[in-house]
Amino acid sequence: MEENSNHLANYLKKGLRFDNRKLEEFRKITIEYDISNNAEGSARVRFGETEVLAGVKMELGNPFPDKPGEGSIMVNSELLPMSSPEFESGPPGIDSIELARVVDRGIRESKAIDFKKLCVREGEKVWIVIIDLMSVNDAGNLLDVAALAAMAALKDAKFPKLLEKDKVDYHIKTDKKLPLDRTPVSITVYKLGDKFLVDPTNEEIKFLEGRLTVAITEEDKICAMQKGLSASFTLEEIDKAVGIAMEKSKELRKLLR
Amino acid sequence: MIITIKVSKMSDFKRPDGRKNDELRPMEAKAGIIKRADGSAMFKVGNTVAYAAVYGPRELYPKFLQNPGHGILRCNYNMMPFSGSGERIRPGGNRRSKEISMVTEKALSPVLDLSEYPNAVVDVYIELPQTDAGSRCAGICAASIALADAGLPMKDLVAAISVGNLNGNLVVDLDKEEEDIEGEVADIPIAVVPSTGEITLLQMDGIVLKDELKKALEMGIKSCRKITEIQRKALKDKYKVDAKSEGE
Repeated sequence: MEENSNHLANYLKKGLRFDNRKLEEFRKITIEYDISNNAEGSARVRFGETEVLAGVKMELGNPFPDKPGEGSIMVNSELLPMSSPEFESGPPGIDSIELARVVDRGIRESKAIDFKKLCVREGEKVWIVIIDLMSVNDAGNLLDVAALAAMAALKDAKFPKLLEKDKVDYHIKTDKKLPLDRTPVSITVYKLGDKFLVDPTNEEIKFLEGRLTVAITEEDKICAMQKGLSASFTLEEIDKAVGIAMEKSKELRKLLR
Repeated sequence: MIITIKVSKMSDFKRPDGRKNDELRPMEAKAGIIKRADGSAMFKVGNTVAYAAVYGPRELYPKFLQNPGHGILRCNYNMMPFSGSGERIRPGGNRRSKEISMVTEKALSPVLDLSEYPNAVVDVYIELPQTDAGSRCAGICAASIALADAGLPMKDLVAAISVGNLNGNLVVDLDKEEEDIEGEVADIPIAVVPSTGEITLLQMDGIVLKDELKKALEMGIKSCRKITEIQRKALKDKYKVDAKSEGE
């Protein structure tokens, strides 16, 4: 087993992928919109066999006391036990929490959603946009798949009908789209030795040493980052990883509506 | 939103979506949709979509739950937070989903033979991305295909459907609009072993007379025999595709 692991790690270190892809090549990506008619917005995103569903629900809530004129967003993720033998039922574990928080920061910090536009009555009622990310099949790189699914679902989202007395009729869909000012895209760059790659499969992830997730806007501004796994990065390595992420972000953004 | 539909008896009765009383909503099934799982399936009825994934037989933890005599079936039914027709559903399960998980287990166990797998568990995860009534039945239909797809020894598939009484009119496969009709209305989800006609799930809420119940159940068993054809086709189609791609 030890020898076998070394062999596979060496294979990756030579810059070769288990499925013959190039290091900076994604698997086949598909995006489907409006996959759940009860959600205000929804999408199914697949990178190869990895599949995530994202759904947006909008609720009327109270603003935070320090931001009386602003709505807010909430990102929740469920690493469903359906999607992997390694996931268990129960409250979200750290991987699920990290995923949701990284996706949340990418959207929030890019100012993709102008929270002021979610205000219904200042100091009283605002829209709260809740994004739920559900893994259906985990074949690696859930982070990027989930982040893209979140953006796709947001692009699909329309406000539900607001009735008198702050009642919401979820059965009536309005034509009013959720206003989006930007399209942030998240790319996770993985590191093994001096090699960098994107979109690893589960088989590959076992051998990878470090990862850096970078969320980038269409103006090539970095809006969120997260380093993961055990390896550390040098300054040069970070520069290189961010460069790869920036290049690849254009490719992903083009796939969105 | 409360939908009030006046339903009068018999002759001028029309279902809201124009179906005949014994007509099912359009159904679709697919096996093997989740590659990571040992078995999986999608079952769609009208606007209700259920996914099911099977993992196992695998070792059961905590250990005190293990049964040295035979393996255990464990089902988990869950509506995705954005799948319901109203507000977001808070994730993490509730009393309703726990009960449905339990009755799903009881509905499926009678056809499943886990005697060869002592101390093991077969986990069935049912997830609904979109619902419009009949979600537990759709979940059972999907789960049954997924168990067969996982290659577990089974006597038969299990098919499930709701039957109902809408003010004296007996119908099969109620949708949300029909569930919300006011008056003497009964919603009776059942699961059936099609080869024997045994009923492995029976629940009801509403009002129904004894004779109506018998007739409704007969309609339900008949419907389940139609549904099981769709389930069988899904399994056959999967292995047809597999055989083809292996030949390439």
